[in-house]
Amino acid sequence: MANDKASIEQELRQFLADNFILDDGGASLAADESLTESGVLDSMGVLELITFIEERYGFSVPDEDTLPENLDSVERLVGYVERRLTEVGAA
Amino acid sequence: MSATGAFGLDVLRIADPEAAIEEITSGMRRVAREFRRKGGVLGLSGGIDSSVVAALAARAFGPSNVLGVLMPETDSSDDTLHLSRLAASSCGVDTVLENITPILEGARAYQRRDEAFKRVIPEYGPGWKAKLVLPSVIESESYRIFSVVAQAPDGTIVKERLPLAEYMQVVAATNFKQRTRKMMEYYHADRLNYVVLGTPNKLEYDQGFFVKNGDGSADVKPIAHLYKSQVYQLAEALGVPEEIRSRPPTTDTYSMPQSQEEFYFSLPYDRMDLCLYAVDNNVPAATVAETLDLTEDQVERVFADIASKRRMSRYLHAEPQLVI
Repeated sequence: MANDKASIEQELRQFLADNFILDDGGASLAADESLTESGVLDSMGVLELITFIEERYGFSVPDEDTLPENLDSVERLVGYVERRLTEVGAA
Repeated sequence: MSATGAFGLDVLRIADPEAAIEEITSGMRRVAREFRRKGGVLGLSGGIDSSVVAALAARAFGPSNVLGVLMPETDSSDDTLHLSRLAASSCGVDTVLENITPILEGARAYQRRDEAFKRVIPEYGPGWKAKLVLPSVIESESYRIFSVVAQAPDGTIVKERLPLAEYMQVVAATNFKQRTRKMMEYYHADRLNYVVLGTPNKLEYDQGFFVKNGDGSADVKPIAHLYKSQVYQLAEALGVPEEIRSRPPTTDTYSMPQSQEEFYFSLPYDRMDLCLYAVDNNVPAATVAETLDLTEDQVERVFADIASKRRMSRYLHAEPQLVI
């Protein structure tokens, strides 16, 4: 599976749509929209999202990374996954 | 029930506790009459909330028309039974002892919970104790994701983040406790033609700190409008023994001692009460921060946590929905 930016964003949007009952496949979710403030994610949803990211992309999300600045919008999620994939690839 | 006046540490002080007690007990009698029931049953935990509800029920229905059910299980703290009996005797209420451990064993509640713990901590086994904890809202911006803290028989402490499946299995298995207790309360209520008295305070009721169809179920919830600090104030007015009033709130659900702040709330109850009041009364975060000696950012995080818990608790409060 491709891990380019567009594919990551599409997969994350699809995951959010499939798991949090977004009507239009997550397409209308603005890239910078807060997933917690908009009610898409609660704390259990965050845990579900972390589990998905760890299983799909093969890296662990350490406790210190479980921050809104990494996970609270599609834009931030894509950036975080890209960063971690680079870190893991470089290690 | 909130007092009026400028925001400060005393804003929730009830001006006339006796009048508040009269209003509540009169409401309890009205509900019992409406349901054609002649008394009340409640589970006694030794905590402040059930002790206050027992005292209110004794006033509302007369002590001889109230039954306190004591329902310890394997993980209950050592002082639970003593404090529960103390609460009952201080208001003249009879008790019945129902050890729920055999029911929980029959439902494999402990086994199901421990299987999930063991998947996260392979060495977990007999003699180990455990609890769930959340990161502090005050000290960190991180999402509130549960970890398991386990103690080996030799005292070694292990802490691991709980993956989703294991977290949900632990919670689902542990919820057997609250649901078993409620089943037992309804047994006695049906037998005696009593109402079941729920014991959540406003903080717990509003923030969803209860198990659906477990401790969240009841026929009447006499203190669900009272902030926790107001419950303490009424406890004093009702003559609830000092030993109960001075005990720190605990969940008494896991085998390791666990505070309510570790498991659910962002702050100790007195400060949590004030933050909830502030949210409901549009008190600015800066004012709250100054009063509670926190930073504005910390208060904003507590406010966000309150809003998040309210969203989650909608499901817990919902009655079965008809779709057509």
